Amino acid sequence: MGIQRGHNARPLEWLAEKFIFLVSLSAILMVFLIFMFVAREALPIFLEQTDTALVQKVISPDEMDKLSPAKLQQYLELTPQQFASMDKDTLKSLMEVKQEALDEIPANFRNDPDARVNTTDWRYLLQPHQWSGYDKPEFIWQPVGEIQKYNIIPLLVGTLKVTLIGLFFAVPLAVGAAIYVSQLARPNVRELVKPTIELLSGIPSVVVGFFALLVMATVLQKIFGYQTRLNAFVAGIALGFAVIPVIFSIAEDALTSVPRSYTQAALALGASRWQTAWQIVLPAALPGVFAATVLGFGRAIGETMIVLMVCSASVMSWSIFDSARSITTTIAAEMAEAVSGGPHYQILFMLGALLFAATFVSNMIGEVVINRFKLKLEGKR
Amino acid sequence: MNTITPAQYLPEKPARRHFRTEKFDFASLFFSGLTGLATLFILGLLAVILLNILINGWSGLSWHFVSTIPKKDFFDVKTTGVLPMIVGTTIRVFVMTIFVLPVGVITAIYLTEYAPNTSIVTRIIRAAVNNLAGVPSIVFGLFGLGFFINFVGKNLDVLLHNSDAVWGQPALIWASLTLAVMTMPVVIVATEESLKAIPPGLREASLALGATKLETILKIVLPQALPGIMTGGILAVSRAAGEVAPILFTGVAYYMASLPHHVTDPFMDLGYHVFVLSTQSPNIEQTRPILYATVLVLLMLTFALNIVAIVIRARVRKKLRALG
Repeated sequence: MGIQRGHNARPLEWLAEKFIFLVSLSAILMVFLIFMFVAREALPIFLEQTDTALVQKVISPDEMDKLSPAKLQQYLELTPQQFASMDKDTLKSLMEVKQEALDEIPANFRNDPDARVNTTDWRYLLQPHQWSGYDKPEFIWQPVGEIQKYNIIPLLVGTLKVTLIGLFFAVPLAVGAAIYVSQLARPNVRELVKPTIELLSGIPSVVVGFFALLVMATVLQKIFGYQTRLNAFVAGIALGFAVIPVIFSIAEDALTSVPRSYTQAALALGASRWQTAWQIVLPAALPGVFAATVLGFGRAIGETMIVLMVCSASVMSWSIFDSARSITTTIAAEMAEAVSGGPHYQILFMLGALLFAATFVSNMIGEVVINRFKLKLEGKR
Repeated sequence: MNTITPAQYLPEKPARRHFRTEKFDFASLFFSGLTGLATLFILGLLAVILLNILINGWSGLSWHFVSTIPKKDFFDVKTTGVLPMIVGTTIRVFVMTIFVLPVGVITAIYLTEYAPNTSIVTRIIRAAVNNLAGVPSIVFGLFGLGFFINFVGKNLDVLLHNSDAVWGQPALIWASLTLAVMTMPVVIVATEESLKAIPPGLREASLALGATKLETILKIVLPQALPGIMTGGILAVSRAAGEVAPILFTGVAYYMASLPHHVTDPFMDLGYHVFVLSTQSPNIEQTRPILYATVLVLLMLTFALNIVAIVIRARVRKKLRALG
């Protein structure tokens, strides 16, 4: 082998190591690609290039020379490649076609102020607007029809409503069970219960949705006696069900990782098992339990099929017994109808980017808190 | 000389947190009972779901049901079947495994065997893996549509001079690749766990005998880690088998008259079929038996895989614990 060192000594080893390193970068690449390609499709919304106004100012073909190329391209709704490949005569005939199309808009829209509005403007996405036919400003998500209304506030409210109901249901149950399993249960009970609860995460969400739709909705309606059978409450409970295993296993891990010396010291001082669990172990593991909740939130906000199956009408209402439509549901239900590259399509991708950002942040918070917690415990050991 | 009185060295107030020494502590019993009840409640709900599906689904299950390709109207209880859905789900998951296993295992090898623990790159890789695990499944669907179909597929069509869209449309391969990206963290974490469970002594012995690092990994470490890698693969498969959201726009079809022949074909899927049956049925009471039977087939597929994975993982963990 000689006295060579480094990659000269064993070129194959060196190559293999570099290859392994490069492959391991794929996780970073994927996160990057996901963000890039989801945001790419939504870019025109962020840059405010999309215009959905039905009635636009008609520019006569004779005035074509007065327009700058960029303006002209936007007016004719062309991509830069298409625009570059066309000669002047084609553009002129396109302008004539456009003029005719604009002239053919029915008269009832021509007098409608809504038809002159670009509904993908951030003002109309976020603020209430008094649409013609309504007597006060309202938040409306209504992507079909001649004048498409894209106010995303009802979707945000729906998402938040369903997610919070789910967490209110799941967190106490999951944390309670985690305390029981990690601190109070006998070892043989523990060995049995833990994998069983984790088995819950193996139930596909479409099956949870199906169960909520067919069985839980009826049972809950009988118990609470509300009007609509399918509402945010049912969706929230079903969602909580899907989140329980996530919160449980992280919280249980955190509680178990509290050093045994803590427990033993408390027990030796005469504390009961419950006092030890509640006053010693839980405070020590609190960051971990918090992280479990945050990660559960991330999971709940991104859950699609359950909410899609249980309730989907987009109503602007804070009542938990009304229907709700979450962001994920909207994307799943409407993507098939949206014209590829159109404003509706772009808005749906924009919602996906928002969702990605929200879960990215909640994951980061959860991760950082858990890492600090582990370091702290290791430092104290 | 001052003498210290007991009042000076004893704290004035007793510590706020003191433990009662009564023999019967009602609060303790009550609250322990409450956590026990929470546990029981979760287990009970799980049991109710599983039993409900098992009891209602069992009667609808027959050889005819799992081996028939249904006609266009698959809501008909007598003639319907789920063969194309079983085949579709199995193939998409199998193709996914081909892509995700090598990448996931190699990443895990880098993280446990090569990566300097404190370096920035390692930490970024770990953060990326954790983030990937938390990305909502519907966002993976959007990614599959935006990247695989609209970018890779459409450009492939241009390169191959296809006049019709062959690659640039929803297809089996794009659904599988989307799922592969989604399940990468599952494989990485499971493989890492099993690699860590291998005693360092084995590696040291191999290196001491003159084997190189690569030889050690290929001939000593990987064979030992095989059960753990299998667990990772199985967990990824069972997770992917039940996911519907990522394949909604990337390859699933409402109805196909035949089984998929090529990776560019769309396919029918068990989970999506459950969704269709439960939300678009013309008469939910009449189609209830086939709905329950379909759910049962899906659950049996994912649960069988899950239980195998849990058993293998329990063994790996025991090994890890025994090593200290």
